[in-house]
Amino acid sequence: MIQIALQKKLSAATGEMLLDINMQIEQGKLVTLYGSSGAGKTSILRMIAGLLQADTGTITVHQKTWLNTSTGICLKPQQRKIGFVFQDYALFPNMTVKENLLFALEKNQDKQIVKELIEIIELEDLQNRKPNNLSGGQKQRVALARALVRKPEILMLDEPLSALDKKMRIKLQDYILKVHKKFNITTLLISHDISEVIKMSDTVFMIENGKIIQQGNPIEVFTTKKVSGKFQFTGEVIDIKKEDVIYIVTVLIGTNFVKIIAEENEIQTITIGDPVLVASKAFNPLLQKIN
Amino acid sequence: MIDWQPLLLTFKLALITTCLLLVISIPIAYWLAYTKSKIKPILETLVSMPLVLPPTVLGFYLLIAFSPANTFGNWLDTYMGLRLIFSFEGVLFASILYSLPFMVHPIQAGFSNLNSTIIEASYILGKSKTTTLFKVLLPNIKPSLLTGIVLAFAHTIGEFGVVLMIGGNIPGKTKVASIAIYDEVEALNYTTANWYSIILFVITFSILLLVYLINGGYLKRFWK
Repeated sequence: MIQIALQKKLSAATGEMLLDINMQIEQGKLVTLYGSSGAGKTSILRMIAGLLQADTGTITVHQKTWLNTSTGICLKPQQRKIGFVFQDYALFPNMTVKENLLFALEKNQDKQIVKELIEIIELEDLQNRKPNNLSGGQKQRVALARALVRKPEILMLDEPLSALDKKMRIKLQDYILKVHKKFNITTLLISHDISEVIKMSDTVFMIENGKIIQQGNPIEVFTTKKVSGKFQFTGEVIDIKKEDVIYIVTVLIGTNFVKIIAEENEIQTITIGDPVLVASKAFNPLLQKIN
Repeated sequence: MIDWQPLLLTFKLALITTCLLLVISIPIAYWLAYTKSKIKPILETLVSMPLVLPPTVLGFYLLIAFSPANTFGNWLDTYMGLRLIFSFEGVLFASILYSLPFMVHPIQAGFSNLNSTIIEASYILGKSKTTTLFKVLLPNIKPSLLTGIVLAFAHTIGEFGVVLMIGGNIPGKTKVASIAIYDEVEALNYTTANWYSIILFVITFSILLLVYLINGGYLKRFWK
């Protein structure tokens, strides 16, 4: 169990903001922080990593105190066992991909883990290249692998996928899920893509102006009415077209387009670009194997 | 034929100055690049002073300070056995001060231009500040280091005023090439002065050219 309670005055673009959060994360869960930019998500991760000082607060990871401002305990970033994937990847330009991973090894740690990670994250072909010769998605994979070398207690990813295109993003989401399951690492992910949050996480913390305004199962958090669909997906509204008395809404789910019929009263609160939940209840969908 | 001693002395001085400066400047540049201290502007100004101060001013004060007739100079002389005026050690000390900004500035700029997240990434991977400095920071500012080394070296070759003030014109000890040129011109030996000048010109030109070729990546392309 990881317990985090942090308070800090931040100077945001809109003036001073008090960040005040209290989170409990179960071991081995994948948790997302969701919220608009400037809400304080990155500051939370940086405080957990020890890169930013909290004004007051405590961080306890598996009964070990990382931070307790009232007793003056504050472990340095080096002493906290964390994996951190930065938004700009932060790979060391002077080292090859493999050297970046080897650098992350602790003293006397077995090199086997580097080999294993190169295999899992499929970096074999890239291992002798320098980071400047890699694409964004490749850099991201290297950063993910590097963060895992130390076998961290918490893996934190600061909007790792925001700079990638949809296809790459889905691929990387799968890599993250794969290592999360394989190493059973408690993972904290920042995202402002609802479909990503729903796909990836067990729990979501919705953050606004430095406070947690909602938390829980992603689908419950994002849908106000509880839908007990047999079959449901989230997507983004791309187009709304009127045809006679009904409306046809085109929704992008993953990389597929889906057309859905809607009535006028359903359309009223929906505009293009809105994230939506597509669910079907009464009909049983067909399942067919494709070759 | 010309006397090679002033030239050899010049390069000996420049070489030792550059090596010592590199060791001194890395911590100073590191501190200046990352500190949030309020006295940073004062230290920055002090480091930059040799850029604008006439070399004779620096030489004059060093001469006064190191003179055995003064308390400090006397203390150095009696307890440390160091007589810094009219000696190679004194010229070396003055050269280090005089060329300090030429080494510190490029390295400081190199540190400041590095993406600060790679430092944080290294700390998070459990690496100490020293390991981060030697394995991550310095290898990534190689061009800045090279620029600093070459500028400090070339600048030391070219110094005149400071050496003359504190070192005088003692053959084999403080008579460097730039002073030898002045000396020869005074004695109307234009041919010898011309030889010294041409040699200095060619060498400094080649050194600078080499730096621009390396930092501009021309050599790498050539080797490919």
